[in-house]
Amino acid sequence: MELSLSNEQQMIVDMVRRFVREEIVPLEMHLDPDADQLESDDRERLVGKVKEMGLYGLDIPVEYGGPDIDVVTRTLMAIEMSQHRAGLYAPCYGVFGGAGLAQLFEASDAQKEKYLYPTLRGEKRGFFGLTEPSGGSDPARAIQTRAIQDGDDWVINGGKIFISGADKADFGLVFARTGGEGRGGVTCFIVDTDTPGFHVRRIVHTLRSAHYATELQFEDMHVPAINILGQLNKGFAIANDRLSRQRIPYSAGCIGVAVKAHEMALEYSKQRETFGAPLSNRQAIQWMLVDNEIDIKQATWLTLEAADRARRGDSFRKEAAMCKIVATESAGRVVDRAMQIHGGYGVTKDFPLERWYRELRIRRIGEGPNEVQRHIIARDIIGAGLR
Amino acid sequence: MGVRLEKPFLLLQAAAVKAVQAQMGVYQLADDNEQVLYIGSADARSLFGLRGELQRFLEDPEVTRFRVEVNTAYHTRRQELLMLHQADHGELPVRNRDYPFQLGRLSPA
Repeated sequence: MELSLSNEQQMIVDMVRRFVREEIVPLEMHLDPDADQLESDDRERLVGKVKEMGLYGLDIPVEYGGPDIDVVTRTLMAIEMSQHRAGLYAPCYGVFGGAGLAQLFEASDAQKEKYLYPTLRGEKRGFFGLTEPSGGSDPARAIQTRAIQDGDDWVINGGKIFISGADKADFGLVFARTGGEGRGGVTCFIVDTDTPGFHVRRIVHTLRSAHYATELQFEDMHVPAINILGQLNKGFAIANDRLSRQRIPYSAGCIGVAVKAHEMALEYSKQRETFGAPLSNRQAIQWMLVDNEIDIKQATWLTLEAADRARRGDSFRKEAAMCKIVATESAGRVVDRAMQIHGGYGVTKDFPLERWYRELRIRRIGEGPNEVQRHIIARDIIGAGLR
Repeated sequence: MGVRLEKPFLLLQAAAVKAVQAQMGVYQLADDNEQVLYIGSADARSLFGLRGELQRFLEDPEVTRFRVEVNTAYHTRRQELLMLHQADHGELPVRNRDYPFQLGRLSPA
């Protein structure tokens, strides 16, 4: 793995850093500290700037019109894009665009016409419906939502919870049991949200300020068989692939927040004086700052290594699990120390630290709890027989 | 916590408003018929929280009733209440028609 940035990578990183500091952070001075959206005028203006920079639609493959940027560079960008108050769950308020649901790249031609291309053009939105009230850590076994074939349709009954964006989506990927127990009996359906029987019952309020979750209920919801994504009873592989890939940008977002919190703590420790000397002169504070540096560096290298393996087409499941554990846990520690250094101000809404502290707590659970990540690594190093 | 804000409305009078906590949260303003006119939140920028927000309406002749919910998730809770109103009445409260952000769709049970 190359350990220094290429000129092109450095240029892109600098450009994104400038964009965040000059365009996003000043806007946040006028927004509610828990805001998760920009007003439409600001959003359109910034989307225009990102397009001028040639960085719009980051995760869209180049053959579908996305920018030709490799996964390592995208990871470096993700570290920059989260360095503002809403950055953990709403990096740059979404003005860099996205691919929507990457799984749709595997869709049939008809499905691509109806769902993928409108999504890439920004005309449709999708959601990812996997977790259920019965559990999310072991989705292959926890899925109780059931689909039963009825002529050319499948009839789906059940529910999902902690689903982001379903209330604003035009369609979603819904994982339902079509066969026996375990991962071999799960199928992925593309469901239009105006289908009779599709209900968004409530918002699930959590520690997170941005992109709230919802609870869904499906009552005798008829979905045509042509809306099966991939193959019957092979849906778990689709979910699993998405979860592994998502862990790299998920980790990068945490690192960005940690970098910014650490930067704030460093600056404050040099300004704030106690007993006649700056905080930064105190060994207790110095060691906190040193531990921050170490935490950030560890998380960054592990995340870039996972990204580099993904770029080369090598297996990266174990590395993605490692970086997810280290980035989420170390970012939590860094923000905690930064709050401690800021004293009372650290827990006020005058500073972004309290929002990061709340939202980072979810990161140890989301995208597969860290205990499950450790299980993935154990299975990899001990052997497949481990249960 | 129930999805809807169902506690009884109180008369919007100075004494009642003075008793409201200076916390973050959401509130509804209504007329004499308890028709909701506005759904708002006391966010982190609100001076004296819910109490401060309500004091702004004491001289408003159309607004005669209010109810509040102290809630640190005021941002998402306000969106939920707006979506619920839209689901129940087919439109936003009259004073929320210029709400600047996109809202989702709820179909509460």
